[in-house]
Amino acid sequence: MYAYALKRLIQGVVTVWFIATATFIAMHSVPGDPLLNERGVNEEIRRNLEERYGLDRPIFDQYLIYMSNMVKGDFGISFTQQNRSVNDIIREHFPVSAALGVLAIVFAGLGGVLWGALTALYRNRLPDVIVMFLVILGISVPSFVIAALSQLALVGLNGFVGFSVLPVAGWGSILHMLIPSLVLGLGTMAFLTRLMRSSMLEIVNADFIRTAYSKGLPPTRVFIKHQLRNAILPVITVLGPAIAAITTGGFVVELVFAIPGLGRFFVQAVQQLDYTVIMGTTVFYGAFLVFMVIAVDLLYGLIDPRVRLK
Amino acid sequence: MTELSLTAADFERITVERRVQTIARPSLSYWRDAWVRLKANRRALASLYIVIALLFFTVVGPWVWTVDPTAQDLDQLSTPPGADRRAQIVEPYVPWNGVFTAINEPPAETVRATAEIRLAEPASTQAVRLVWAPVLGASGYRVYRNVYDPAPDDAVGLPLAEIYDPRQVSYEDLLDLTPTRYWYSVIATDRNGREAEEYTTLAVDTIRVITAAEAQTRGLVDLESPLSLGDEVRVSFHPLGTDYLGRDMLARLMYGARVSLFIGIIAPFFFVLTGILYGSAAGFIGGRVDQVLMRFADFVVALPFLLFMILFKIAFGIGPGESGVVPMLVALVVLSWPATARLVRGQILQIREEAYIGASQLLGAKTHYLILRHMIPNTVGVVLVTLTFAVPTVIFVEAFLSFIGMGVAPPTPSWGSMCNEGIQTMLNHPHELILPAALISLTVLAFNLLGDGLRDALDSRMRSRE
Amino acid sequence: MPDVSNSATRSASLQLVWLSIAATLGFALLMVLLSWASALTGSGPSTLNAIDAESGTLTLQLSTEPPQLDSTRATDSVSIMVLGHVMEGLLRFDANNQLVPGVAERWEIREDGATFWLREDARWSDGLPVTAHDFSFAWHTALAPETASEYAFILYPLKNAEAINTGSLPIDALGVHAVNDRVLEVEFEQPLAYFEELVAFPTYNPIREDFYRNRDGRYGADVEDLLYNGPFEMTVWVHGAHLRLEKNTHYWDHERVRLNVIDIPYFTTDTTAALNLYKDGQIAIVDYLGAEQLDEVLQQRWELQRFGDGSVWFLAFNFDPSRVTSNWHLRKALQLVTDPSELVNRIIKMPGNLPGESLFPVWLQGIDGFFRQEYPAPQITLDADAAREHLRLAMEELGLDEPPSLALLVDDTPGAGRQAEYFQNLYGTQLGIDIRIDRQIFKQRLAKMQSQDFDLATYGWGPDFADPLTFGELFASWNPNNNGRFSNQAYDQSVRLAQSSLDPRIRMDAFGRQQEILSEEVALIPNYERGRVYIKDRRLQGVVRRAVGPDPDFTNAYIVENP
Repeated sequence: MYAYALKRLIQGVVTVWFIATATFIAMHSVPGDPLLNERGVNEEIRRNLEERYGLDRPIFDQYLIYMSNMVKGDFGISFTQQNRSVNDIIREHFPVSAALGVLAIVFAGLGGVLWGALTALYRNRLPDVIVMFLVILGISVPSFVIAALSQLALVGLNGFVGFSVLPVAGWGSILHMLIPSLVLGLGTMAFLTRLMRSSMLEIVNADFIRTAYSKGLPPTRVFIKHQLRNAILPVITVLGPAIAAITTGGFVVELVFAIPGLGRFFVQAVQQLDYTVIMGTTVFYGAFLVFMVIAVDLLYGLIDPRVRLK
Repeated sequence: MTELSLTAADFERITVERRVQTIARPSLSYWRDAWVRLKANRRALASLYIVIALLFFTVVGPWVWTVDPTAQDLDQLSTPPGADRRAQIVEPYVPWNGVFTAINEPPAETVRATAEIRLAEPASTQAVRLVWAPVLGASGYRVYRNVYDPAPDDAVGLPLAEIYDPRQVSYEDLLDLTPTRYWYSVIATDRNGREAEEYTTLAVDTIRVITAAEAQTRGLVDLESPLSLGDEVRVSFHPLGTDYLGRDMLARLMYGARVSLFIGIIAPFFFVLTGILYGSAAGFIGGRVDQVLMRFADFVVALPFLLFMILFKIAFGIGPGESGVVPMLVALVVLSWPATARLVRGQILQIREEAYIGASQLLGAKTHYLILRHMIPNTVGVVLVTLTFAVPTVIFVEAFLSFIGMGVAPPTPSWGSMCNEGIQTMLNHPHELILPAALISLTVLAFNLLGDGLRDALDSRMRSRE
Repeated sequence: MPDVSNSATRSASLQLVWLSIAATLGFALLMVLLSWASALTGSGPSTLNAIDAESGTLTLQLSTEPPQLDSTRATDSVSIMVLGHVMEGLLRFDANNQLVPGVAERWEIREDGATFWLREDARWSDGLPVTAHDFSFAWHTALAPETASEYAFILYPLKNAEAINTGSLPIDALGVHAVNDRVLEVEFEQPLAYFEELVAFPTYNPIREDFYRNRDGRYGADVEDLLYNGPFEMTVWVHGAHLRLEKNTHYWDHERVRLNVIDIPYFTTDTTAALNLYKDGQIAIVDYLGAEQLDEVLQQRWELQRFGDGSVWFLAFNFDPSRVTSNWHLRKALQLVTDPSELVNRIIKMPGNLPGESLFPVWLQGIDGFFRQEYPAPQITLDADAAREHLRLAMEELGLDEPPSLALLVDDTPGAGRQAEYFQNLYGTQLGIDIRIDRQIFKQRLAKMQSQDFDLATYGWGPDFADPLTFGELFASWNPNNNGRFSNQAYDQSVRLAQSSLDPRIRMDAFGRQQEILSEEVALIPNYERGRVYIKDRRLQGVVRRAVGPDPDFTNAYIVENP
């Protein structure tokens, strides 16, 4: 087990290196000049700017310098937020996105497993139809709309009740996190519900379940230890990248709820061609994703003993 | 007990009857059996009809409803379905010089209320021309407009204009006039630029108007019948209303369906296919190959989406204003398959250990036979869920890509980009968002039900129950 | 289907479901109790409402976090707004947008230079006095090529400034000297009529040298990396999350400042979110309202304010000889069918925007009154037939059989997209010209404009100072911001005249001439002069909006209990 984990970690590092290189190449191939701004500047200033950001050197040199700095943990200084290092930006904003993301995953995971199991058991009956309807609605309405509507609903609720039940936007307490993370996790929750339902439907009718019951096992135990555990594997598979995706893709929610997360900065950075932030964030996210995938794969082995990871 | 001694003669041979077990119904192959089950499932059948109806809407629709989806009807911006279409014929617009007073008094500390606000001519959607009596000592006037009555709490509404010349006692309003009731308030300002305490409000009902030339060019009337001022015509009919630039919603939805459905069906099909092949190969072969394949999948997922989209756009040489549907398709497939691959691989890892796989191998089955015949059909449940979820995701990603110039170029519509645009006027003109979103929901619902039905029909585990 | 297992499972799962529902409800109840309790105790900024009269606190929202608070390098409106509250220059704009003494008590402007006498009681937030040396140091730093300040050009009126900035002269050649702690001497490169306007600009703000060097390159990065000599000082700066300004007791004029705290706990570009915050009573102002939000505002019966932000928006052409847009007849054809009134009234639909008639906006001052009253813009009469005739001539000259296809470069904002689609339809139906919309995100659009990779482009220009020259010199052939590379000798001459002359009549005549040339040559098609509408809590008074300088300005704002 440990040897496997170690091997995976090493592979992870290699993967991250590839990600960094690919992003570097992509970034420098995209047209546009990060140093350009609304007001044109003269040659001398332009030269100084290039020197400051190391853009005056040949591409390969830039690459080497950047990589060696990265190994030391230094991602450089942001082009747009000119006084902040990328490390600072990540350090201050990633925990926000992460907290939001984790809570979203908790909601999505719990909700997905629960609703999925419910609809599988009540297949084609009323609960199934209702949940199905909500799921369809949830995924066919753009996330932006759901976020905006939920904020509107909050305003209405606060106005109706007379005091501030939940904050409408902003960041600072767990209350600020509730609705945004719920909105963030909604899409994944819908997907997990369907996934869970589908795999539960297959398990529920399996022979070994009947065997378990006929052995006299208590229903709860059968449900948890046998049905859930088997059906949950696809959910786990998705969970790893879902965590990464939610943590990194919270852009819309961060925008609507004025949350100082990393997602917003990242999108801005791409638009502004802020090389250092793009690279730093991509590498960081990449590492995070890889780590999540490794964790999930290890979890696999724990849950399903038949899965032998070579 | 007496001993029986039996000889061969004691035994008589029974006639061997070849009565084979008759099969009550014809033998069905896997696929035909699946089809039978599908047909029996009423919900799946209904969804199939919906899908066919959508395709009909897409392909045949524009032949039936021949309105140009790009034509901008600037007289009917963002009108909801079923709006009033009457319009009166008037003269073309002539700039107005306004009304000025000869009275010239120096601005005073305080000023009285404005009075005698009236219309210089009947109000219409072409212009609203107000005139009022000059207020002595005013340094200027401010004109406000509201669609609600300003009374009780002085909510005068939109600040239309600030007039700095006290001799100007008129104002022409051209801003976004629709046939409705407006409340105009004119407030005088004193020497310090502060508004007077009291003011007068005038309620004005505007009627929709159109010039004779416009009516003829738009084909609203026969060219022979003469048009005189004051005649009533009906402006173009839009059964589902119009969008923010006055374009017909129904036509846009039909043309948008072409793009959205094409992308929404083809792209998921391809990337799920890729994911299945990739994931099953990785899961089954295992070992080093599996590791390499999966690491590559991780690599693809971690790449920043927007950046690579822009890169693809350059690489495919999509110029400004050109529609790049095929490149978008390729880009979508290339960047979306890892999730499916991972899912399928997970399933394969589970299935690989099942007993029947071992049995099949013992019987001498080759790898590809195992994968195609045994494993993949057992992943059907997971795959179908992914497919059905991929549809709306892809539609929205396409909207985003079109936004950055990667997909369809304006004015070509797509459901996703119509949703994008509709979001902004969500509160005022909900129909602009609801209509494309409803169609997307319908598509998703249909595919979900169809997917469910297919899974019920195809999945062997389900089928073992009779 | 056998039911035994199913019903047993069902009961088991039902138990779980009920458990989870109970857990969720309990959790929700706990949250409600918590928030109710916290509302009672009133702790923390999140419970304060938009306006707190007792503590004199104002709560706001900003679109982005200020990217650059080093005054020598700040370029964007958010940074300039914050700087306008925490710093002060020699002069400043008062509540009526008039120039009044700031750190300088009095001053004298001559043909060859200027002298400023600083007041005694101007202090930094650490108690030390603001000296002339601080200004000298800041101006030297802003012009140093290593600083790479994008607004260095605003200091070019100073002697040798441009040469220093382009690296031809060493930095100490600058014609700025601190005679002593109280007196600043300035030499001009050439006589300048509008120097006073420039001095109020944030790039001219003072910076104390020892503090700057002390921060080790991190000047402006965080709360402790800045010194404040303005009406407010920053006390909290959590990047992207929370910014807090409190009244600066060391400020020499602190008696005129009536607010105690300006709290900014929300950063988002989403105006709907801002509107929701306003509705919830959390912020006092919502700026940047869009046309779609107006109906909501009217329904809520909130008070709307408007102000012209001073910028001019127009269609720019590419004058490169290889492009069809360099042909005068083609441009004339486009000009004769473009109706700015329709664009403003039907497409943009926002009050406060004026249909464009000229490069020079209506608010500019002329000799005695408004520039546009003294020099009216040339009127264009729309004529579709004449336009088609010009198009035919253009096609002849260019040797085309069909109307050309043009690329229109626009921003990726929804408003820009709307306008682009309008133009596409307009030119398509009236002239048969196919417009291809080239939608680019920010940096790509800039790059394309710089490299002249466009035919048409929607372009906006905001004033740097309150003089027609800031618009006039935009089309001078040497200006790097003249992206289309319009080049006209008579125009260039007129700009040089306006730059060097001190006589108002001569200058205004020159601007009038420039306005005529631009119209005759169809160097641009003016679209509109932008105005904005915003909502403000009625209890907040004294907010100043500006076209030039820090905007909005709360240094004179105060709270009224019962409006």
